[in-house]
Amino acid sequence: MIPHDSPSAEQLVEAVREWLQRDVLTSTQGSVQFHTRVAINVLAMVERELQLGPTQAAVHQQRLATLGSADDADLAARIRDGELDHRLPEVRELVWASVRDKLAVANPKYLDAPG
Amino acid sequence: MDDLTAALREVLGGSTITSLTRLSGGASRDTFRFEADGRPLIVQRQRGGYERDMAVEATALRLAAAAGVPVAEVVAASTDPSALGASYLVVSAVEGETIARKILRDAEFDSARVALPGQFGAALARLHSADVAGLGDFPAGDPLDTYRAVLDEVGQPHPALELAYRWLQQHRPVSLPVALVHGDFRLGNVIVGPEGLRAVIDWELAHLGDPMEDLGWLCVKAWRFGGTLPVAGVGTREQLIAAYQQAGGEAVDSEVVHWWEVFGTWKWGIICITQALGHTSGVSRSHELAAIGRRVCENEHDLFLALEGRW
Repeated sequence: MIPHDSPSAEQLVEAVREWLQRDVLTSTQGSVQFHTRVAINVLAMVERELQLGPTQAAVHQQRLATLGSADDADLAARIRDGELDHRLPEVRELVWASVRDKLAVANPKYLDAPG
Repeated sequence: MDDLTAALREVLGGSTITSLTRLSGGASRDTFRFEADGRPLIVQRQRGGYERDMAVEATALRLAAAAGVPVAEVVAASTDPSALGASYLVVSAVEGETIARKILRDAEFDSARVALPGQFGAALARLHSADVAGLGDFPAGDPLDTYRAVLDEVGQPHPALELAYRWLQQHRPVSLPVALVHGDFRLGNVIVGPEGLRAVIDWELAHLGDPMEDLGWLCVKAWRFGGTLPVAGVGTREQLIAAYQQAGGEAVDSEVVHWWEVFGTWKWGIICITQALGHTSGVSRSHELAAIGRRVCENEHDLFLALEGRW
């Protein structure tokens, strides 16, 4: 549990994003408008991470445990050293699933983009 | 600006300099457009502390022009800082569009989109035929090793990039004879008119290497800008390869181009990591750069797509 009052972190970020979309985007142009769009995308990403993050963390930890690694650094090192060469199809499947989780936060539309 | 006007008059043999306008603030150089005796020109002036040698770009442009690649004409270039305060390059201004999304979507470029795959193939074949004797001091080196070192230096774990690296290591093609390679040949770095390719620009990353690097890079998914066709969003790999060979390029093995496409996707993922580091390290605080760090997973996903069924 966290000790904070309402609104939640997610709702606060959402409020700022909505303001950028409603007021700032329409009253700016050129480079500032472009960077406003970037800011809106970044805040939307943070909202998705706040929503999905806890579940994704648990699932990711499970995948790592399946592969016998404590964290990504260990997994990356073992892949590089060839230690997991005997079970690469499984490694790829689990790593790809984590990449999809990252995309679900960073840019969910990308998952539907043409291959 | 007055100083620059005077300096340009000096290096251009006393020409009358008018309409000097700053164009963009790239990371490494300042770019201005102006007219010299009424002729539209572009000058690029290197910024301090930037290591890449502008002489490489001028040499590459001259060699490419001699080989028949459409490029802006080099009017003046020097690495002597006494004239403009830094290395500079003056080239003819080529009119046209560089913004990828416009080239891919605007009706004005309907015919260009049909012509571009063939024109890209022919331009690359001519570039790779350029005479590289005497380029002993040109940038070279193994690109896989180079970016492996960058990834190690950054020190952030990326299991997906390691899986791709393992594949790249194990499927490395035999290198072709070394050629002049553009290094960043894609939409964004070409000037396009309604009829198609007018000039290949941004030769900053030119180097000596395997010519297939340029073909693979042009197929990297990021450079389709949302388009569906694999070659820059405008053509098929078969069109590119056919045009390349027809214009006198080496016989192309599509599997080798695929290896370079996978390499390019992996490399672009690593570049995204370093872009975000520009922000987090404090060198250039910017939420735009920060956000690029979260695009690494797009490249990782593309790597899985490009390698599905192949590894």
